[in-house]
Amino acid sequence: MFNASLKQLSALLAQKKLSSTELTQSYLDRVARLNPGLNAFLSVDAERSLAQARAADERIAAGKAQPLTGIPVAHKDIFCARGWLTTCGSKMLANFVSPYDAHVVEQLNAAGAVILGKTNMDEFAMGSSSETGFRGPVRNPWDRTRVAGGSSGGSAAAVAARIAPVAIGTDTGGSIRQPAALTGICGLKPTYGVVSRYGMIAFASSLDQGGPMGKSAEDLALLLNVMAGFDARDSTSLERPAEDYARLLDAPLTGDHAKPLSGLRIGVPREYFGEGLSGDVAAAVEATLAQFEKLGATRIAISLPNSGLSVPAYYVIAPAEASSNLSRFDGVRYGYRAAEYGDLADMYRKTRAQGFGAEVKRRILIGTYVLSHGYYDAYYLKAQKIRRRIAQDFAAAYKHCDLILGPTSPSVAFGLGAKVSDPVQMYLIDIYTVAANLAGLPAMSIPCGFGEGGMPVGLQLVGDYFAEARMLQAAHQFQLATDWHLRQPAGTE
Amino acid sequence: MDWETVIGIETHAQLSTVSKIFSGASTAFGAAPNVQACAVDIALPGVLPVLNKGAVERAVRFGLAVGADIRRRSVFARKNYFYPDLPKGYQISQYELPVVQGGSLSVMLKGGEKTVRLTRAHLEEDAGKSLHEDFHGMSGIDLNRAGTPLLEIVTEPDMSSAEEAVAYAKALHALVRWIGICDGNMQEGSFRCDANVSVRRKGADVLGTRCEIKNLNSFRFLEEAINYEVRRQIELIEDGGSVVQETRLYDPDRKQTRSMRSKEDAHDYRYFPDPDLLPLAISAETIEQIRSELPELPAAKRKRYVDEYQLSAYDAGVLTSSREVADYFEDLVGALGGGYKLAASWIAGELFGALKRAGLEVSQSPLSSRQLAGLLREIQDGVISGKTAKDVFDAMWNGGGEAADIIAASGLKQISDAGELEQVIDAVLAANSKSVEEYRAGRQKAFNALVGQAMKATRGKGNPAQINEILKKKLAG
Amino acid sequence: MSLSLPEVKRIAWLARIEITDAEAGAAQGHLNDIFTLIEQMQSVDTEGVAPMAHGQDVVQRLREDRVTETDLHALYQGIAPQVEGGLYLVPKVIE
Repeated sequence: MFNASLKQLSALLAQKKLSSTELTQSYLDRVARLNPGLNAFLSVDAERSLAQARAADERIAAGKAQPLTGIPVAHKDIFCARGWLTTCGSKMLANFVSPYDAHVVEQLNAAGAVILGKTNMDEFAMGSSSETGFRGPVRNPWDRTRVAGGSSGGSAAAVAARIAPVAIGTDTGGSIRQPAALTGICGLKPTYGVVSRYGMIAFASSLDQGGPMGKSAEDLALLLNVMAGFDARDSTSLERPAEDYARLLDAPLTGDHAKPLSGLRIGVPREYFGEGLSGDVAAAVEATLAQFEKLGATRIAISLPNSGLSVPAYYVIAPAEASSNLSRFDGVRYGYRAAEYGDLADMYRKTRAQGFGAEVKRRILIGTYVLSHGYYDAYYLKAQKIRRRIAQDFAAAYKHCDLILGPTSPSVAFGLGAKVSDPVQMYLIDIYTVAANLAGLPAMSIPCGFGEGGMPVGLQLVGDYFAEARMLQAAHQFQLATDWHLRQPAGTE
Repeated sequence: MDWETVIGIETHAQLSTVSKIFSGASTAFGAAPNVQACAVDIALPGVLPVLNKGAVERAVRFGLAVGADIRRRSVFARKNYFYPDLPKGYQISQYELPVVQGGSLSVMLKGGEKTVRLTRAHLEEDAGKSLHEDFHGMSGIDLNRAGTPLLEIVTEPDMSSAEEAVAYAKALHALVRWIGICDGNMQEGSFRCDANVSVRRKGADVLGTRCEIKNLNSFRFLEEAINYEVRRQIELIEDGGSVVQETRLYDPDRKQTRSMRSKEDAHDYRYFPDPDLLPLAISAETIEQIRSELPELPAAKRKRYVDEYQLSAYDAGVLTSSREVADYFEDLVGALGGGYKLAASWIAGELFGALKRAGLEVSQSPLSSRQLAGLLREIQDGVISGKTAKDVFDAMWNGGGEAADIIAASGLKQISDAGELEQVIDAVLAANSKSVEEYRAGRQKAFNALVGQAMKATRGKGNPAQINEILKKKLAG
Repeated sequence: MSLSLPEVKRIAWLARIEITDAEAGAAQGHLNDIFTLIEQMQSVDTEGVAPMAHGQDVVQRLREDRVTETDLHALYQGIAPQVEGGLYLVPKVIE
């Protein structure tokens, strides 16, 4: 059952072979058993989850079920959910019980999904290893001495360890895709504006995007169907007709069933296979590209000349926005306030010094600096111009290809603590992922093999704006022909 | 040594929308603390701003009214600083690309008209309030006002005295109310001025160091604060010191300005475009739609009153001092079918005098324009004299009613019956033969004495023009 | 470029984060490493390139001027560090 797809679980629920209450309880049991070794969940509230499950059962009984009704979903602790502790991995919000629901949470609740719990993450989503959260690091289910990636590492580890059927995460510079790659699952960051950011605690507003995480492309499509949609409360939410992201999954591009991806042009950027890419990852990705060709896709060499500047530009823009977004955590209206302080400025300074962890403070300082008087043009404006060039690179590439394929991360999961003291090394992990955020493009990661130490390798697919359904189709067709996505870490049976 | 003063004014006008600029919370004044501070206003984690169309329309209306450029594309930025009444730790405000650029306002001064150039007007959100009553040595924060839409209207440094600054502020106050974008309630803080004041020796070509006096919420405080600040700066320089650029606060009790400590180190606001908000686009159609809905503006009305109604520039200025006064005047002359000069002089004279004594605004006048028209018609028709009309006005002001009824009831009606007047005058001539002789001998004064006797005989109700005419005829005959 | 210790302290003050001398020293090292990475941006000419602030070239949607919110201050203040009489309390604000 814990390897079942959403479709299979829905069928079991619809046929009354399984109730949502039973399903939820069995996942809660698994969480209780396996989570202590993984630290994937920050909070579980069995009573709340089971109440939702019972409501879902009634709904199913009344014949009003939707595709996700009764399905437990793990929520990254960045999504505000009414009545749930919502900490964003920070001591600053250690006691923050959200008084409202994020749009995504509303949508999932309305669909009858069950909140299984809130998952661990890098503090305020700032990190690529899920080690910076105030409740300690997430451990990779494939090797508990290694990181699960970040910042949505808790959601990734939960799905990988089969302690949640699916999960939701957020991606500002790779925070869905990179942990998905490092834990051997699938994750998708939609086109900017497809999923409402309302109620998603902001890291970098112009880059943040919520998205689905799961075992297969098909599961992602079903989850994205519920997460996506216009929301008037988010000015950047796009008003467009509702889309069924699963509609193309089983619709091959041509009638040739042996070559379902015939006609698909996959662009392979030269810059993604250069210095810095580990040999094991390169080998797995190369093999996967060959598999795509076998399925009928055509490989086209492309260039994204400004790729090398995406990390520098990202580490100006994201901290700049973050430094401002995190100013609201001041100890006045909610969250942590220092126990002892003198005057008002002292209250602010102690509250923020004690409430934020080292990486968050570091990024606030970077952001404050690049926006400060005399540096704005040299850093922030320059980064915005490079951002334009990066977007233009993609636009030029999509004249010649439909999807861009490459590695999600330059290496497999690294050891816990290996990079926390070297921020630059940590930031360079995002080298293949941040460009999609800067350009606002949809991007996903799917498992595509194993590398050093038997650790999973992820393949990244980057599409043109609103190409989610096309990407999911390509991934699904690949997954019909391969079984990387079905591999389960040892010790999670 | 002679000094000159240079003043620029920044005004924060609260826009009269029912909801806040970025949230759906009410902007009504006077609610209990924080009951109108919604999730967006208190900046809960994860909430986002969405711009209010009503605030944008009002900003455009203002821009069109002052002849400014309306930017087709403007941007909201974040102004970052920490203050407990600023829940997000930044204020959303237009910085580099404001919605309204340029424009000007003409101001009526004793010595004539002056044009004050506007630099810009931009949309932004108001902050909450810190209450300084003692809560165990702490301050209390009320965020009801946080997120109220403001239009910040910035002038060029075009004013050179407190008097000019006040005249500008009054003209701006009248305009924002005129076009219905701000209720102008200064006690409630709906219209607040900051004055940038500097002094320099006459003839100097560089500006002196300026101080900004914040939050002046009455015209009197504006005047007093500027006058104090000008004296302070001159004395400082004359004593060998120099002015430090800073933000100051006016203390009306002491009639002094003082340095604002809290603003001292807040110079680096780290402005950048708000990533939660997209560029504001205003279409040509929207601009034309708003233009077509604009009322006739004070300057246009003034010109029309002078050109078409032959009023003096002064009267035209008085009648356009607010939209309510202009409306009263236009209703009055409409009911009267003309009589512009008569109407103007009665509004500027009797009506304003009575309103001022009663401490009322024209909109609160106990005497409607229709009632006053009734009174002025009696004057036009020669039923009563102007002098009698003042008594009738007082009666109407105090007790209400219509002019015709009061005139009839109190027998104030003028005697205009020629037969009756001739009888009176015959009697007067018979009884004053000496005066008649003197008049015929060429002494004009004697004629006036005879008129006086005739008026006395009619107890003041004789129509003076008719009496004159009949007397002349009889004396000539 | 490189950040001096006083600059690190100044930005920590602007960001209202208390920082000890030792922390400032460590932060200085990290920040300078990071800025070395960021400086790579200066290697490309971006003359004439329009800055890009958003992923999509769309404009602001406007909300009708209507009151849609109700009074939830009791709920919101239930999670506040210190409130009294409906007000959030903070150390004395000096103007």
